[in-house]
Order: sequence, then structure tokens, then C-alpha cells
Amino acid sequence: MPEPDRSRWHPIAASHDLPFRHVYHAQLLGREFAVWRADDGYVNVWENRCLHRGVRLSIGMNDGRELKCQYHGWRYANRTAGCTYIPAHPADAPARTITNRTFPAVERYGLVWSAEEPVGEVPALAGVTEGRQLVLRGIPVNAAAEDVAERLRSYRFQPNGALDGKDAEVALEAASDTSVALRSREAGADTLAVFFVQPVDAGRSVIRGVLDDDAEGPQRIAVMRHHNRLLSKLRDEAEREAAGKPAPASIEPVYERVSAELAEMPEVTPHGRKAALRVEVARKFAAADGIAGFELRPIKGLLPTFQPGAHIDVHMPNGEIRQYSITNGPGESASYVIGVKLEPDSKGGSKCMHETVREGDVLAISEPRNNFPLRRDALKTLFIAGGIGITPLLAMAQALQNQRLAFELHYFAQNESQMAFRDRLAALGSSLRPHLGLDPAATGAELRRLLHGYEAGRQVYLCGPGPMLEAARSIAAELGWPDSSVHFEYFKNTNTIDDSSSFEVALARSVMTLQVPAGRTILEVIRENGIEMPSSCEQGACGTCLCTVIEGEPDHQDVYLNDAERRAGTKILTCVSRSKSPRLVLDL
Amino acid sequence: MTKCTDRVVLDLWHPLQAIAEMPAGRVHETVLLEERLGFARDEAGNAAVWRARPDLRADDAVDIAAVNDRLPAKVAYGYVWSSLGNPPADIFPIPEFAEPDRRRLNAATMGVNVSAPRAIENFLDMGHFPYVHTDILGAEPHTEVKEYDVEVSADRDEILATRCRFFQPMASTVSTGGADVEYVYRVPHPFCSVLYKSSPADEKRMDVIAIFIQPVDQEHIRAHMMLCVLDFDNEDKIIKRFQQTIFGQDKPILENQFPKRLPLDPRAETPIRADKSAIAYRRWLSQKGLTYGVIPAAA
Repeated sequence: MPEPDRSRWHPIAASHDLPFRHVYHAQLLGREFAVWRADDGYVNVWENRCLHRGVRLSIGMNDGRELKCQYHGWRYANRTAGCTYIPAHPADAPARTITNRTFPAVERYGLVWSAEEPVGEVPALAGVTEGRQLVLRGIPVNAAAEDVAERLRSYRFQPNGALDGKDAEVALEAASDTSVALRSREAGADTLAVFFVQPVDAGRSVIRGVLDDDAEGPQRIAVMRHHNRLLSKLRDEAEREAAGKPAPASIEPVYERVSAELAEMPEVTPHGRKAALRVEVARKFAAADGIAGFELRPIKGLLPTFQPGAHIDVHMPNGEIRQYSITNGPGESASYVIGVKLEPDSKGGSKCMHETVREGDVLAISEPRNNFPLRRDALKTLFIAGGIGITPLLAMAQALQNQRLAFELHYFAQNESQMAFRDRLAALGSSLRPHLGLDPAATGAELRRLLHGYEAGRQVYLCGPGPMLEAARSIAAELGWPDSSVHFEYFKNTNTIDDSSSFEVALARSVMTLQVPAGRTILEVIRENGIEMPSSCEQGACGTCLCTVIEGEPDHQDVYLNDAERRAGTKILTCVSRSKSPRLVLDL
Repeated sequence: MTKCTDRVVLDLWHPLQAIAEMPAGRVHETVLLEERLGFARDEAGNAAVWRARPDLRADDAVDIAAVNDRLPAKVAYGYVWSSLGNPPADIFPIPEFAEPDRRRLNAATMGVNVSAPRAIENFLDMGHFPYVHTDILGAEPHTEVKEYDVEVSADRDEILATRCRFFQPMASTVSTGGADVEYVYRVPHPFCSVLYKSSPADEKRMDVIAIFIQPVDQEHIRAHMMLCVLDFDNEDKIIKRFQQTIFGQDKPILENQFPKRLPLDPRAETPIRADKSAIAYRRWLSQKGLTYGVIPAAA
């Protein structure tokens, strides 16, 4: 059996095989696909295999934004097929490189086309006008595609306008080893039929027919029946012939291996302050008074998978780098939407975004990174946002809303006109609870009311101005919330960093001992010595440069770790924190 | 000529049938490792197994003492076991089976279109409880697989997973709400696993649920589910129905796993911490050099 040609486009489904929130099981040259349409219209063609344990994704659930595997509930995002959530480990953000294999998908002439390694474009059908065609029911045949295509050359049918006739003249207009174009004429009626034979496997195929002229109502049904009857007859003959030949061996699909780092339980991939992605500002809009919204679209290809809570670094035209949370709901993978508040004392970050950046500009951004992961195993989740702190919590709330999990989003703002992304907020319905115009004392009282009555199975996520977070955290602690149920993200670290100490850092895995003098950070020193280390905000707020401490006493100066984590002394933010002991041993 | 050439698998004891479901003195037939076998038992509880032959067909009356050219045969844990090679003297121990106050029964024997090691891995897996056994063994949003311990016991040559806990919505017939249930898993045989689960009837003891897989071929099995439980109230059929429901939920998942044979290459699939026992199991099979029902890792 010759090696099949994997570079040719073939239809693998009809558009009508992808009804609302269905997952269609397709196959081409021995390889199975899970084919599904997201609510935004995007058609996904994926390897029909969950990366975790190999279960077919075609038995999974399409929730309109993500595909969920039936076996362990892993969620994969529309477009990218990146895993966004692993329920067995609700506190961890899955490594964004856990991405299922995707295949190209083009919808044309009412058919969905794909190929493993396509070359060129989907064939243009002379004589068929996009949107005016009639797609016949796919006819599966237990016979090789070439044999079926050969047989189709002598297919005889009536034109749509003369179905009751018997004497149509049928002319072969074009043919290849997997397609046939035939024109049928009788008494002024004229129909062009193009048939593609989809090679499902070595001895199996599907006939996919397209007529050049759609019909309505009963006429349409009559045309469909006409071809159904004739093609079924053709199938019976082809299968009788095939049954007389030795059955060809099935084509064994080759599954790609997962990357080596995923073979172990993945850690977050090392990443410096690199801006690997180029995006275009597709839309700049007023998200609220003083808050600009930016919709960022990729220049080419797809954006990487993001998880709720994730942020990106935006590298601005003036050289500044700032972190912004992605506000998108699940499965909204065509662009990232961020919100930027104009800070009155802006040092050039938000001012540049507000005043300089325009629609059509190209920005460099980092891949999304999630240091603020959302658990989805809570009986009830409270989100408490202050001002622009709404952005990560909005993404989280939309994720829980999509899964119908219980949550409340409490949004503290000065007034209604300062509430950002009102269209997204509106979709949250009664789960959104605005708290407007409260002074600090009233805010404290409201927080106390909200956090009252802690029960096991509750989680709270906080994001907002520093003083509000301090207040919320101490109230939560007072009311019996364990540290492990209180999650927070600061915009910035307002602590005064004391970098006067000097100490020794030993890197256990790299077998290196380095001196950190006063005025330098651990991060700077280890990078200078060639150790790759991810970072983002570099002020102790975002958590990207987190590292494990094996020995020694850290001098925490960040706002990322909670009190329990600080006391444990097993983690350190290397961009600002230092050592109280003369020597610190890190797991690097 | 035998169709399985894997020495490790040929030399194992394999389960064939529950004794309770075999009328004495009659020929039964089954398939083990692609070989057709005949077998029977007598009233005294002795069993004989042989390669199927035309003079002894299913349902024929037979006196097992008169059958020659026999394969190794053993009766253990309520089942007839046999081997196509040179099996060890004893089958792995399940000491609880001898405790007099336990109910012992075959909950089900089910055919599944999957390899034996895939079925064992599914048996060891807790992460699927909320998704596959919804509202029975688990329920969303309680999806976390908490840290547990796995060790390969060198002297016993078996895998042991302890401190396994998972939230069960109706933890027992007496409790109204959900609670964490404790599990201990043993894999004492490449195709058999024994589960210990906190007993609702006696908080100091554990119920024993074992799965004994009969490999029909590399991608088809018969799964025998043995129960040895502390339940003094329910009828057999209630207990069986419960286990059959659970297994009936697993079957379509297993039959949609690809490839059907278990890949031993660590990079074939994506493990997470919750899969520690499966990772240990795959390594253990690799180290044994087992090849039947698996896709060995490239050397």
C-alpha cells in the first residue's frame, strides 16, 4: 500500500454535521478527529484523543467555549486546544504547553475541509457559488476511495428541475482520483454535481456531494432522496466489489509524543521578560471612566491558551513593561482583552497606553502567565474587586458562570461610570453585586459583612488597591478564613524594599554559589550567571519569579505570598526578597 | 503453538470464571491469550483446565479426573485460575478473604474491548469519580485528588498506594452528606488489583473489592469483580447491581481509549500528580519486561 498523500485537502464533514454544541467524530486516512464548532463560529479540528489518557474527545462535551473530556473533566480551549483546567489539581494552573494537536479547518461549499499537512488552498469549484450550493448527505462506503471515485464517473442522475424525467444526459466535466464533477441536463433543466470521496481509511470512504443549485422545502427533500437512492445503490455495488478483494490493512495513525517536560508533572516553563508575541490593537475603547479597553489580536497564527487569572506583560512603545490581566471569558481565544486605568501619577505605563497607543498599532506582549489560578472545586466562590482589580476576577467569574458554579462578584467602585466592561458584567446577571461610593470605613464594614460566616468549601479571591486588600485579608483572618482559602493579587508592591543586606545564594541543582551584594537582587545575580529564570513585574507582586527555598531564612519583601507561606519560609520571590541568614539554598 | 509469546504473561495465573457460576461436572469454554480453553469443576471444588478439544464441548458432562493433558489449574478467591506457562506455586495473598464474617461474591464478569493494563489503570484512578461515577463515587465540584503515597514493595513485588482519599457524595447508607472516603490500592499481579475501602458497616475494617482481568487477547478482556465485604443487610443482587452500575459506567470510557494497548513510553500521554500510582504501574510493567497488552517504550 503506497504511503497516503497527507498534503491534500479533503472534506471531513459537512457544515450541517456540526449543530449547536455537538462534537462530530471524523476520520481521514486512518486518523480520527474531534470536530466541533464553538459558539463564536470557529470550527475546531483536533486529534480525537485527550492528551491525558487517550480518551476520544468526540465523546466529550462542547460547552460552546471549551471542550471537556468525559474521563477527568480536563478542559481545552476553543482554537488553541490548550488545556485550561485540570480538576484533579484545582489549585494549580496547568502548564500552558499542554496543548492537543490541532489540524487546519476551512469551511467552504458547505463542507469542512482538513488535511494533516495541507499544501495550497482548498480547491475552488468552478460552477458552484458559495452559499448557493446544496450539500448531500454523506454516504459512507466500505470500499477504497479510488474505487468509489472511479465508479462515480458513471453515476447517472436527474437535474433538480427534472427529477421525474428518465433521459437526462450526464456529462463528465472533471475528475481526479478522489473527485468527480458531472453535469446532468434534461429539457432545459441543468444541474452540476461535484462529488468528493473522503478517504477515511484504506478500505473505507465517504461520498460527499455538492449540487450547484439549492432547492427549497419539498423540492429539496425530493432532490436529496433522489441522490440518496442512487448513491446508496452505487454504494451497494462498490461494497459488493470490495468484498471480493482482500481487505486492505488499516492505516495506523502515528500519535505525536508529548514534550519531554510534560512527561514529568510540569512546572511553569522558564521564561524571562521576553515578549514573544506580536499583537495588533484591533480596538481601543472606553471601558469605563478613566479605563481604556484594548482588544489585542495576533498578527499571525493563534494566541496561546490563557487561563482565568492570567496576565500578560505589555512592552510599550516607550520601553516600559507593565502587567495586565486578561479579562476574556473561556474560549474567547481570538483576541485578548485588557483594561488599563490611567494612573494620575503614571510614570509612563498607563499614560502611554492611554495617550500614545492607537488602534492598528502593533505591541509586543509576553505569553500569558497564570500566578493567580482559580480553583473550581469550591461550593461557593467570592470575588472581591476594587476598581481596576476587576480585570482578573472578571475572567474568573465568566469561567465559573460558564460551568454554572456558584459565585458572587462584589465590585467596589466610586460610581457606576467607573465600572469597567459593563457588557461582560451584565452577562453575569444577579451574581454581580456592585458596591458604589463607599468610603474606607464603609468599605471595611461591607467587607466584614461579606466575609462573615466562613464555611469549609468557600474560596475568596481579592484584587484591588493595596489598603483594601490589607483590610480584606485581615478581616478574613479574623473571621476564621484559613490562608489557603484567601487568594489575592496586588497591582504593585508598595513596600519600601530594603536591599542593604548581602548574603550568599547556593543553587542546589546548578551546583553554584553566588554572592548577592547590597543593591542587587537575587534574580539579577543568578541571571548574570546564566541561569534562566522567569520574571514579570520584578517588584514582588505577580509571583512569576517564585522559587523554592531548601535551606536558610528568607527575608520576604513581596506582596505575593500569604502569611502561612511566609512563615513556612519554603518559597521566595527572587526579584525583591533577600536572606536573613548568611546563606540561602535555592532549588535551582 | 501459543499465540502469546510474552514469557511474563504466559507464566501468570489468569482468572477464567467464578466458581459460583459454574455448574459442577459440565464443560465450560473460554478464551485466554487467544487460546480456546475448556474447563470444569467437580462437586468437591476441584477444577481442571485444558486446551479446547472436539471431544469435550461446552455443556458436555465431564468427569474431571478422567481428563488428561491438562493445564495448571487452581481455585482461589472464588474463581478458577489457569496458566499457559509455568506459574508460581501460589496466587498473591488476600488475607481478608479468609475472615469468616465477610460476604464473598462475584459481582460481575464483563467483557470489555480494551487491554488488561488499561483496565487496571482505570481501577487505580480516582480523578474520574466525579465525571464517570457522578453522584455515586464523586460529584463536582469536589474534584481534587489529594496527595497520596505510592510505593513498590520489593519483597512482595507489588504496588501499594496508601493515604488515598476522595470525596464521596453519599459516603455510606447511614450518612446524609458527603465525606472523604479512604482507599488503599494494591497491584499484586500485572492484571489484578485489590482495593480496600473504608467500610460503612464497621469503621475499624475495610471492604475489599478486587478486579481480576482475564486477557482474551491484547485488546479484549473479561473483567471479574470480586467482593469481600462487611455488609450484613443487603441482598446479593443489590450489592451486585451497585458494582455493575459502576463498571457499566467505566466500560464505554475504556472502549474509547486509544491506543487500546497501554503505552509505556513516558511521553505517550501526559501524567499529572494524581496519576502517581499509574506512573508507578507503567514503570513496574516496563521493568518486568512485559509486552502483552502494552506498547513497550522504544529501547
